Amino acid sequence: MNEIDIKFLEDSFKKYYFNHFDLITSPQRTSEREFGYQKFNSGMFRHISLKENKELHLLFMQNIPSDVYCSNAYYAFPNSPMSEKDWKEADLIFDIDAKDLNLPCRENHTISICNECNEISKDTSQCVKCNSTKLEKKSLPCKNCISASKIEVNKLSNVLINDLGIDKENIHVYFSGNEGFHVYVYHSQFQQIGSKERSELVDYIMFRGAIPETFGMKKFKPNRSLFPDFNQKGWNGRFSKYVFGSKSKRSKIISELLDSGYPSFQKTLDDVSKNIGVKIDPNVTMDIHRIFRLPGSINSKSGLSKVLCTDLTKFDPYVDACFLNDDPVEVLANCPIEFKLKNKKFGPYTNEKISVPTYAAVYMICKKLATIA
Amino acid sequence: MLVLGQDEKAKYPFLADAGEYLKDKGFSLVQFGSDPVLKLSVEKALHRIKVASAGEVYKSDIDKDGQASKDYVLEREVFSFLLAIVLIKLTGMSTLIKRFALAEARRAEIYLEKDLGNASNKSKIDLATRIIYDLFNIEIIKENDFFVIPVSDYLKHSVTFHEREWKLINRHVENGKVFLTPDKTVRLIRKELGNYISSKIINAPKPSMIPGLENAVNELILISKKLTPTYTITTGEYPPCIKHAIDVLEKGENLPHSGRFMLATFLLSKGQTVPQIAPLFKNAPDYNPRVTLYQLNHLAGTSGSATKYSCPSCEKLKTQDLCFITKECDNIINPMQFGKKRT
Repeated sequence: MNEIDIKFLEDSFKKYYFNHFDLITSPQRTSEREFGYQKFNSGMFRHISLKENKELHLLFMQNIPSDVYCSNAYYAFPNSPMSEKDWKEADLIFDIDAKDLNLPCRENHTISICNECNEISKDTSQCVKCNSTKLEKKSLPCKNCISASKIEVNKLSNVLINDLGIDKENIHVYFSGNEGFHVYVYHSQFQQIGSKERSELVDYIMFRGAIPETFGMKKFKPNRSLFPDFNQKGWNGRFSKYVFGSKSKRSKIISELLDSGYPSFQKTLDDVSKNIGVKIDPNVTMDIHRIFRLPGSINSKSGLSKVLCTDLTKFDPYVDACFLNDDPVEVLANCPIEFKLKNKKFGPYTNEKISVPTYAAVYMICKKLATIA
Repeated sequence: MLVLGQDEKAKYPFLADAGEYLKDKGFSLVQFGSDPVLKLSVEKALHRIKVASAGEVYKSDIDKDGQASKDYVLEREVFSFLLAIVLIKLTGMSTLIKRFALAEARRAEIYLEKDLGNASNKSKIDLATRIIYDLFNIEIIKENDFFVIPVSDYLKHSVTFHEREWKLINRHVENGKVFLTPDKTVRLIRKELGNYISSKIINAPKPSMIPGLENAVNELILISKKLTPTYTITTGEYPPCIKHAIDVLEKGENLPHSGRFMLATFLLSKGQTVPQIAPLFKNAPDYNPRVTLYQLNHLAGTSGSATKYSCPSCEKLKTQDLCFITKECDNIINPMQFGKKRT
């Protein structure tokens, strides 16, 4: 990114951080957390410890970071090197990202930027100009992406509450600032479990690694009375609803499953996993030393903020997470896809010099689809 | 502290305090080397270790219901266990400890399972759940025919199991609890029970040789020496997950961070150097030589915290969508084991 664009983004971010300090609240037990931040065109600064909110605000104003992170873990010495931090526990965190949902709409709003010649195009397999396959992909997620991500969040909450016994009040959902949602679970029985245990939880939530016997299919002498039923709790009940559909079809479908046999049942389970398993990013939940985007901070992939969603159904990130100002800015835009922010449509633009509000300019510059004119 | 009856001590002899037990009964260790009646307990102890080193579970004289007919039978059960520990300590062979502890854990498991499953005798269930709580800090509550334990406790113990049936997805989970049958409840703590017994042996003081036990000790040393480790040969081929990762990079496609971590740690553990590995990442869409070297050095432990990172387990790679299992994988649990044959 060039110096002028960086200066513009930093000015815009600084104004936001100055005017919206209320949106950034340091997490509980601030002094036990590790903080980290990035600046535009530079690496990560981490192993930072802060005592209170004031120090956090100072970090924003002094450094004007592009991105700010905070650990889900609590440490005795958060600013020591990793091996000396003395890990105590970590909140359970989940990342649901539209890019992991394999949605058919993706190809309509994914753009590739060639690493060799900077050509921007909608062809995501190779560069249309120099045929290079080293492409950076940028997506301008659509409403469908957000709706599909919300469905995953609701599926996740359902498993967390009903299966894992988490209180609803201890589940906090945030828009990630780009293409999905971050879910935090506080004060649960899982605070102190390690990475391996969290990886097992991930498989449970994603419905991975199930064996036919768990869902009633025995290898030898299979018996129809063992198959799950609708009123059962947990995955047995969800399996019934998905595989049998309705109570009237249950008996017929069990007969079909028995006829197809044991090996074919494993395929049924794979299908169940794909369709009703919750699509979370396993790496995030397994990581007990992660520094995760700080709520209230701006995501430099979009210029949108990571904000708490109190009413997920009504939440519209392109309105509710867009806090930058409307001051007009002249940019040179090469954005082949239309997008909507604050209920206003923008684009498509083909190498055009245009005047757009700051929030739209930041959005395009962050996506590398425009530069300050 | 649990107060145990004589029959419970016979079932769970590892709960008894060795020194106190002998004192209570009015014996000293030296007597076991010379007294012909007490020597029967030594023979039993020797038998107990031999059975364990053969990978079997020792069958006690306690009758089928766990109730011994005579006091001395019960006493001999406890003596033979305590003497087995003394004999193992006298051999100084650590290979025997692990086998003996595991076999004794499996033996105790049979009784724990029976006690837990004894629906008509609440005191037996209480004792078994108390033992599990006191030793392993797991609170088990009986709910109808099942024993329920918090999901987090279940995970802490089950993650070491490789059989798929132990995955949480294959358990009845409800409201933060896992529902288990008595046998699964007990199986869950086998390893800890084994560890508990081995730590008891390891921490026991080594006695000086007791006259009369020399033959038994020498016999055990011979047995222990036969339990030699196996040797392995390797085919040198890379496992499918590693081949896949290399393919992805060669094509210039994006390999996720977790995939790069796997590849680098695998090759480092195979003895490759950072300069040998670094060029592999040249084709990555976001390749930056400075960052690549920094990260590889970090993984190799030559910079940063000096921690040398090891290759993730197959289980972890499955969760990360990096596993491309083939039949050649042959039930390995870590890519590093691929192509190794035991001889």
